[in-house]
Amino acid sequence: MVKVAVLGASGGIGQPLSLLLKLSPYVSKLSLYDVRDPTGTAVDLSHINTVAECQSFNKDQLVDALRGARVVVIPAGVPRKPGMTRDDLFKVNASIVRGLCEQIVQTCPNATVLIISNPVNSLVPVAVETFKKFGINDTTKIMGITTLDLVRAETFLGDYMNHSRVTTVGSNQFDKRRMHKVVSVIGGHSGHTIIPVMLLKPMVYMMKPGQYDSFIHRVQFGGDEVVKAKQGQGSATYSMAYAGYRFVEYILKSIQHESLEGLGYIPAYVYLPGLKNGSIVQSKLGSKELEYFSIPINLINGRIESVDTTILDKLSKQEKLLVDKAIPELIDNAKKGQKFIRNAAKL
Amino acid sequence: MIFSTLAKRTFTSTAFNPYKVTVLGACGGIGQPLSLLMKLNDKVTDLRLYDIKNAKGVATDISHIPTNSKVTGFSAEESDGLNNALKDTDLVLIPAGVPRKPGMTRDDLFNINAGIVYDLATAAAKNSPNAAILVISNPVNSTVPIVAEVFKKNGVYNSKKLFGVTTLDSIRSSRFISEIVNTNPTKEKINVIGGHSGITIIPLLSQTKYGSTLTKEQKDSLIHRIQFGGDEVVKAKNGGGSATLSMAQAGAKFANAVLSGFAGEKNVIQPSYVDSPLYKNEGIEFFASPVTLGPDGIQEIHPIGEINAEENELLKECKETLKKNIDKGIKFADSRK
Repeated sequence: MVKVAVLGASGGIGQPLSLLLKLSPYVSKLSLYDVRDPTGTAVDLSHINTVAECQSFNKDQLVDALRGARVVVIPAGVPRKPGMTRDDLFKVNASIVRGLCEQIVQTCPNATVLIISNPVNSLVPVAVETFKKFGINDTTKIMGITTLDLVRAETFLGDYMNHSRVTTVGSNQFDKRRMHKVVSVIGGHSGHTIIPVMLLKPMVYMMKPGQYDSFIHRVQFGGDEVVKAKQGQGSATYSMAYAGYRFVEYILKSIQHESLEGLGYIPAYVYLPGLKNGSIVQSKLGSKELEYFSIPINLINGRIESVDTTILDKLSKQEKLLVDKAIPELIDNAKKGQKFIRNAAKL
Repeated sequence: MIFSTLAKRTFTSTAFNPYKVTVLGACGGIGQPLSLLMKLNDKVTDLRLYDIKNAKGVATDISHIPTNSKVTGFSAEESDGLNNALKDTDLVLIPAGVPRKPGMTRDDLFNINAGIVYDLATAAAKNSPNAAILVISNPVNSTVPIVAEVFKKNGVYNSKKLFGVTTLDSIRSSRFISEIVNTNPTKEKINVIGGHSGITIIPLLSQTKYGSTLTKEQKDSLIHRIQFGGDEVVKAKNGGGSATLSMAQAGAKFANAVLSGFAGEKNVIQPSYVDSPLYKNEGIEFFASPVTLGPDGIQEIHPIGEINAEENELLKECKETLKKNIDKGIKFADSRK
């Protein structure tokens, strides 16, 4: 049984994510922390008759929120608003993530730390550099959650398959719940850095001409699709809560030593030099400068034992092109996060 | 060619019991997480989300989740938005309306929410007269009778398909008793009857093994906590609303039970506030007790079972208040043309 802390529990993602965690049989204590007092949310959730005990912690109680936490999930931060550049967003959220990590390092340094806050490509480096600054070189438990891209790939692939030339027989629909067997995503967590990878290559040929490109574009810009539909009222919250929960459950199952078979190739955005076979990823991609990448992971007890590099051996020509295009942007995004911590340290 | 046949066989499926579900008030504090949970329910193949506005945004967000239901947003701003959200649906969840603020009773919400429920019920009666209607909007004790009157006016009333959702009171009961006796809350079950507000909520502790082991103080305090659990959340949210996440869970749990009944599963028994024969002879038309859910909705309404003297007193007070709540709803419906 495990204590999970949600940092940013009062927010648009934090609340439904906390609901799904409260419903989980793997959670024994649920710690809800936010600068906006989450007492209301905690009392609300505490009435649900599942095992997890809910406690709320306000802005002065971060240490208490983190004490004893085995998993820390961070959706905290602001979403992009009209007129805000990615850079404006980065500055605000990088400060938030740095502050939270500085406390995690002191209170629960052995916890698995999962970053949802955007821009993930730059904020995971902020977390890793903060840990290093405090003398912690084991970064196998720091991961950026990219599961929403996987979720979108599964859903959109199912949609396209149902409309493809290989039409539905009778009322048989492609079962979206099984799409995790045929697709994964690698790269990063924004726009062109998101690269869907078909695990069964022939699936590409099952799509109508042009649909493959539409599919790729839709997965890469799925976030924009929701922002547009919400007309200024926010970004993806419920699908992100589902995706976030799905990844946390993956971690919780590994902590419980439950079999992870059949769950698919679930990726996470990780620091390659900190991993046993991270350098193999760098050499397969042909870039020593690339230090952060989202790739399927092999978990043991809530930490990354190794990454699955075989997915890189089977990339199609189109997929290789997408990866090559993404690498410079990924390197840039990561450097931005690293500089944020390293330059501050110099002062 | 061979590959495509293999793919079809491995990756396709037929939903044996495809159900259409409509959420009226899908963008609200309860509606949004409720819609998420219904999207995660594999019995649902067509999810319709309706609200005054913003429904397309919530629908697009939720539609990205990889389960086999189509999700569509409908808003009041489109012509026929409400009608289309309801057309041919199998189950309607109604969380629409305003929540309580500290100091308010559920009855204080009546004036606003009665009108909202009346209008939504009218659309349901016209577009989906055979659907199960699950009322969450408070005060449930009064809004359920309003829906009944509307359906009667339209000549399509079927009492087997009308439900007031009281599941949260049962969920709270299990949780609160487990905290006192230090047990696993998933394994606790208390029969809760009556209505869905304050003193109309009666947990029958005498029917549990704790009936004789708890002190009188513990019992009174537990009963009070269950009856006013909603107030506990309203107070904690400090003007920010009432129970949303726990209510979403309760609504989704009950909706799933109704769908299981439709699908022919056996022994699906849940408490619900329904058009009930139990105290009709005393002029009380609606009452919550355990009901068996089946292919046509309510299959059987169970009596409350044996109760002790204290519970009998609570039941008396409950009935007095319920009668007033029910009459208020019926009067409101009759006053609308």
